[in-house]
Amino acid sequence: MKYLLLVHASALDENGSPTGCEPTDWIAYDKEVRDAGVYVTGESLADLVTATTVKVGPDGTRSITTDGPFAETRELLGGFYVLDVPDLDVALDWAARCPGARDGSVVVRPIADFGA
Amino acid sequence: MPPRTAHASVAAVFREEHGRLLGALVHRFGDLDLAEDVAADAIEAALVHWPAHGVPPNPGAWLMTTARRKAVDRLRRDQAHAAKLAVLQAELDRAEPAPTAEDGLPDDRLRLFFTCTHPALAAEDRLALTLRCLAGLTTPEVARAFLVPTPTMAKRIVRAKNRIRTARIPFRVPRDDELTERLPGVLAVLYSIFTEGYAASSGPHLQRLDLADEAIRLARILHRLLPAEREATGLLALLLLVHARHPARTAPDGSPVLLEDQDRTRWNSSLITEGRALLPHALGGTPPGQYAVQAAIAALHDEAPDVRRTDWPQIVALYDVLATRTRSPVVALNRAAAVAMRDGPDAGLALLDTLADEPALRGYHPYDVARADLLERAGRHTEAAEAYRHALGSARTEPERALLRRRTQPRK
Repeated sequence: MKYLLLVHASALDENGSPTGCEPTDWIAYDKEVRDAGVYVTGESLADLVTATTVKVGPDGTRSITTDGPFAETRELLGGFYVLDVPDLDVALDWAARCPGARDGSVVVRPIADFGA
Repeated sequence: MPPRTAHASVAAVFREEHGRLLGALVHRFGDLDLAEDVAADAIEAALVHWPAHGVPPNPGAWLMTTARRKAVDRLRRDQAHAAKLAVLQAELDRAEPAPTAEDGLPDDRLRLFFTCTHPALAAEDRLALTLRCLAGLTTPEVARAFLVPTPTMAKRIVRAKNRIRTARIPFRVPRDDELTERLPGVLAVLYSIFTEGYAASSGPHLQRLDLADEAIRLARILHRLLPAEREATGLLALLLLVHARHPARTAPDGSPVLLEDQDRTRWNSSLITEGRALLPHALGGTPPGQYAVQAAIAALHDEAPDVRRTDWPQIVALYDVLATRTRSPVVALNRAAAVAMRDGPDAGLALLDTLADEPALRGYHPYDVARADLLERAGRHTEAAEAYRHALGSARTEPERALLRRRTQPRK
């Protein structure tokens, strides 16, 4: 069963990087999930502040807004992991070990499985 | 056996065995819906067979075997579940001597406790699922207990079960190192079920006894399954020691009777004895858990011949312990009431005044009543009458309002 781990930062420093976590923490965590064989995919976002949102209205007109809702929220999406683990408790365990959970928060969402 | 008697004993057996049956079936199939369906099938079969042949010597084992056979039937009809069928078939192909003793049956209820109270479920869903799956209540019974329409409760239970399935909340007992984190959630659900029954949050009746009884039944099961866990012991002790007073809590007209006016001979002494016997283990932790401390406070009340001869200094000391563990304003309120009994109403009123700005206590009925009561004890009758009128506005049940209306008349 696959779970999406959305890693949110609670604050950014003046360079726009999340505070609190060291790159070495992330490197260690990344190695852990890969070594455990649960890693499916994962990415870090290059820019945590700016988000560009596209919507298409019923008449087909596009609206593109930048700095959408995300810059205003307290927590900023910094990246994500997709892990394949047996159940929610295991996913929550991995989320708790994620460096992002210490200073920010990690949201765990089950991914729909249409094959079962 | 006449059908009627058989029906009644089947119902009793079913309530008792339901959690065990469901726990074992869920463990085997990993599917709550299937487990519930085949458990219901097995009960239906029992209703047909037992009146004719008598209740079997081991009803639990009979139900379990029947439920497994019913599961095979269902899975055969449903090809999508072929994989599960293979597992099940292998299970049944093994020689299956029916266990002759009750203890021969697996007890997987602890898994079910942790699944039904999983933090990934909404708080109200945890209560509903626990009553449904572990206490064996039907959906209409759970609905009635929470004073909501049956379709509302049915939707809530379906939503919770969907969440278990789609998020794959496991049916497992947490590891020892997870237990300190997860057990409080289980205990909180049982405590909520109990308080919901003890003081109905709304409506015409002050007590809905069935929920308090269910909470105690579940707390006993949990304590049996986790005998070493001091807070599980503490919770059971607390529920027993508080529930022991329930026969004296309500007047014949349904209005509440305050602790000082209760006929203490009507308190249930066997519940008090049982609760007190649990205290040494419950209080053995360092520091003792919050349920254990509350149980110790309840025991001091239960042991006292009347309000005046209650060990208030000890009760205040226990509230002090509790206050170091939680910053709850409700604990502070109860501590203030105990201080008033130890040092006089003015001391209590001074403490209540320091709590007046607590957002959690604004419009909180027990706070308003405590303040009115202390004003009256202090001899400030006009202010007391005014405070009672104010408390009337925050009362949530009709019996509470009736009691207050009587007290809004200044006493001689």
